[in-house]
Amino acid sequence: MDDLSRFRDTYLAECEELLRDLETHLSALHDGTADSECLNSIFRAVHSIKAGAGMFKFTELVDFSHEFEALLDNMRDGRVEVTAERVDLLFKASDVLADLVGAAAEGSEPPAAAANMLAKDLAAITSTAKTAPEANTPDQATRGDAGTSAEQSRQPGETVCYRIDFYPAAELFRHANEPLLLIRELKTLGEVEVEVDLSRLPDLQQIEPENAYLGWTITLRSDCGQDAVREVFEFVEDDCRLDIHIDANDAGSPAPSEETDASPGRRNGAEGSDRKQADRAAEEGQAAKGGPGARISSIRVDLDRVDRLVNMVGELVITQSMLSQQADDLPSDRLIQFTRGLEELATHTRELQESVMAIRMQPVKSVFARMPRLVREVTDKLGKRARLVTIGEETEVDKTVIEEISDPITHMIRNSLDHGLEPPEEREAAGKPADGTITLSAEHRGGRIVINIRDDGRGIDHSAVLARARERGLVAPGAELAPDEIEDLLFEPGFSTAATVTDISGRGVGLDVVRRNIQGLGGRVSVSSSPGSGTCFTMTLPLTLAVMDGMIVVAGGEKFVIPTTNIIESMRPGRDQVNRLPSGDELVEVRGDYLPLLYIARAFSIDGAVDDPSHGLVVLAETERKGRVGLVVDELLGQQQVVIKSLEDNYDPVPGISAATILGNGLVAPILDIEGLQSMSQISTSPPPGLAAAIPGGVRRTDAIASIEQPERNQWT
Amino acid sequence: MDLSSTTDPTDRPAPTTAGDGESGSGATERQSVGEPLQFVTFTVAEEAYAVDIMQVREIKAWSEVTRLPNQPEHMRGVLNLRGVIVPIFDLRCRFGSGLTDATATHVVVIVAVADRVVGILVDAVSDILTVSAEQIRPVPEMETRGDKDFLKGLATSDDRMVAILRLDALFDLNELAADGTPESAGTAAEQ
Amino acid sequence: MSKKILAVDDSKTMRDMIAFTLRGAGYEVVEADDGEDALSKLGGSGVNLVITDINMPRLDGIGLIKKLRSDPSYRSTPILVLTTESESSKKDEGREAGATGWIVKPFDPDQLLKVVQKVCA
Repeated sequence: MDDLSRFRDTYLAECEELLRDLETHLSALHDGTADSECLNSIFRAVHSIKAGAGMFKFTELVDFSHEFEALLDNMRDGRVEVTAERVDLLFKASDVLADLVGAAAEGSEPPAAAANMLAKDLAAITSTAKTAPEANTPDQATRGDAGTSAEQSRQPGETVCYRIDFYPAAELFRHANEPLLLIRELKTLGEVEVEVDLSRLPDLQQIEPENAYLGWTITLRSDCGQDAVREVFEFVEDDCRLDIHIDANDAGSPAPSEETDASPGRRNGAEGSDRKQADRAAEEGQAAKGGPGARISSIRVDLDRVDRLVNMVGELVITQSMLSQQADDLPSDRLIQFTRGLEELATHTRELQESVMAIRMQPVKSVFARMPRLVREVTDKLGKRARLVTIGEETEVDKTVIEEISDPITHMIRNSLDHGLEPPEEREAAGKPADGTITLSAEHRGGRIVINIRDDGRGIDHSAVLARARERGLVAPGAELAPDEIEDLLFEPGFSTAATVTDISGRGVGLDVVRRNIQGLGGRVSVSSSPGSGTCFTMTLPLTLAVMDGMIVVAGGEKFVIPTTNIIESMRPGRDQVNRLPSGDELVEVRGDYLPLLYIARAFSIDGAVDDPSHGLVVLAETERKGRVGLVVDELLGQQQVVIKSLEDNYDPVPGISAATILGNGLVAPILDIEGLQSMSQISTSPPPGLAAAIPGGVRRTDAIASIEQPERNQWT
Repeated sequence: MDLSSTTDPTDRPAPTTAGDGESGSGATERQSVGEPLQFVTFTVAEEAYAVDIMQVREIKAWSEVTRLPNQPEHMRGVLNLRGVIVPIFDLRCRFGSGLTDATATHVVVIVAVADRVVGILVDAVSDILTVSAEQIRPVPEMETRGDKDFLKGLATSDDRMVAILRLDALFDLNELAADGTPESAGTAAEQ
Repeated sequence: MSKKILAVDDSKTMRDMIAFTLRGAGYEVVEADDGEDALSKLGGSGVNLVITDINMPRLDGIGLIKKLRSDPSYRSTPILVLTTESESSKKDEGREAGATGWIVKPFDPDQLLKVVQKVCA
């Protein structure tokens, strides 16, 4: 089976999809929203997995899916009743199936014991089927025993002479079987002589084209054994009169008779060479695929190739911007065509990059699909009941992001199940359905992906959280916090209000780590809740981690990149807009609000930067946790897409810097981590809880950047 | 000079065990004692040093680097090595002799250390030194404990002492982030 | 002129493997993922052989065979059904609907070719 092993990966990938389908349909069955096709779809999924498993010899998988399929077959035919209990068993079976597929994919030990046990349970139910199911013996490979004469054992290699009487009935032709082909097949077994019997052939006028009138007596000399002879006729046995005798009287050649191939005759005499030509033509034609209407909706590509493509296009973007930069220095009036050409190049490069990035976009479905099982396992362990509703699983993000969202989502769902959802009794007492609902949704918004995990549990106990925070010294005693500020406390390190830190979600990995990781990706996470009604975690992430939009700025003679998503606007403040606090900190007044100023050069200990904001520029930025800030820079160089390069591959994290990019001149420019800078300088517009009144102008927590005004390049030159 | 063509890029750096008993850290015997070992030698502040040739990826002339803020003095910055960001460490500064006044005649040796690729700024690169394991002498116990930890041994070339560096100890990057002065780095390495 | 075979199966893996095996032997292969898809693909020029799985959404194998047999252009086109050994009843059902023969999954590529030759050459 070497030839087909190349399809192993295709098969395993297909299994993933089938398992997801299985999950979806089983959920429908469980929820009572199943349609009549549901059981059929479930059956087909398991059936396909089994078929492939057989091709690649995944024995345990074959055996288990065989039992699973048998039960499903009986269920869909109504021979076995589908009860809620049995549906749960089906879920378990699908989990085991998934594990077996996983083991086959990794080449690791399959969970044979668990599978066998469950298989027995499945078989037990199958055996209760109303009508006795077919005796399915695994080795009914061929219908070997429809035979007439008993198998006579021959010495291997002994040539025997068979006399075959073959009289097809009309039925045979209705099945599009072709006697000529059968006779040809016999020829491959040995020497053949054919005698046609025309006795039943009527006059031309009386011939009914669909009727069968001819018969043949075929003499075959072969050492192949009777089974092989019979096999030639395996499809047509019921549609003809077939007698196979062994002609003991085999002296020499049998009576000579007309060797007439009544059907197509000598037409294919030169068959051999025709075939070769056909082969060659087929090979050439193979490149031009398929017949009319062969529609190709998708192709599979190695991820490596796509990654390489993305990298190459990234380098192309860098080179192109380098050319553009160089062109800036050229006298533009003289080289209009050239500069125009470069502008076109820039446009095309940008388009190319967008297209290439789009290739890597994948629906979040692959991550979402793992969650139902997670919910099942956790609710089992906790004795709670919950169902998972997913929305927007077709929403796409870059592959680099997909891999990163699985852990945070898992963590937050566990959190909801563990702390958010009440036990069934408590829920019912509160007038809620015993089954909790967790809604996992994804959508695009403002160039980012927004993922919500919402539960209808008890919500966050604000007073308990506040008390805990006070205990920990995170909040000044006596300070009053708004509900959303309290909710944000959950992301403080080591925070847990659970009396017992359960194994599920409190294993030392708190929400603080989740937040840190998400922020490391340029994302944000927050939580909001309504006591008694539920909690909702919201996570936003950029659509891709490979490139981003950035503003190139200069501070202290050195270039930096500010992520565009953080930028609100840029401005050159008037002298009077800049105010000084007694501490020496400075604020800039913008439309009635006061924002703290952060000098980039100072934060990075760079000398020679513009000291006076009114002579430099202030980029107003906003971050998730630290609110707004005005970044003081020397100048703005412009906005562009930058390819994100890791600093941490070969070095350590640098506070205030999230990653780096390579500018057109080939030099590295750090990408600023605004929130990191704010932390470093301890600047924020949302001061630590308890000091709410300190800054004039009040404190407003903004949750989203409603509009981002992009500075126009020419404005500042 | 690009040595990467002579070294197999997939080779993991294999610290030599050199029979001096000082190598530690579970390094496996790469070759039986007696087989010759090769090093790239270079000078920093008039002293000669060497690194295992298997760890050297590339040698290039000094070019402008981008400083990263608030890093130890000997961390000169990062540079773009064909699309990969690589940190460059000033060895002269690391050894306490002040910052290199780097020009295009200075050399950066790109090395692979653990899973990372970093560059070290040196004055000039000399020959490739080939010695046998027995010819490498252990570093004697000295007053300042620091040195011993990032030296693997001492060799002799043309009557000059060549100190063989243990790159992984020299660039235990976590420890550098803390302070970065050679003394503290040395003490940290002792833990 | 090489022979054209229509391979119908809702499992991509199966389609890929069948197509690969057949193309390697010089046949031209058109793929469809269920019965209805198969009918739509039959449009233009005819095919010399149809290989179809039984369990498929929308229009299953049996349904497809019946439809084909009721169409004059495909009355005499050989049709093979793909079955698994545990559903021997399907072979009969297939035959009754008009199938020419059957192939059992998992199949050996050589076996597949042999059966194809037997009904279609």
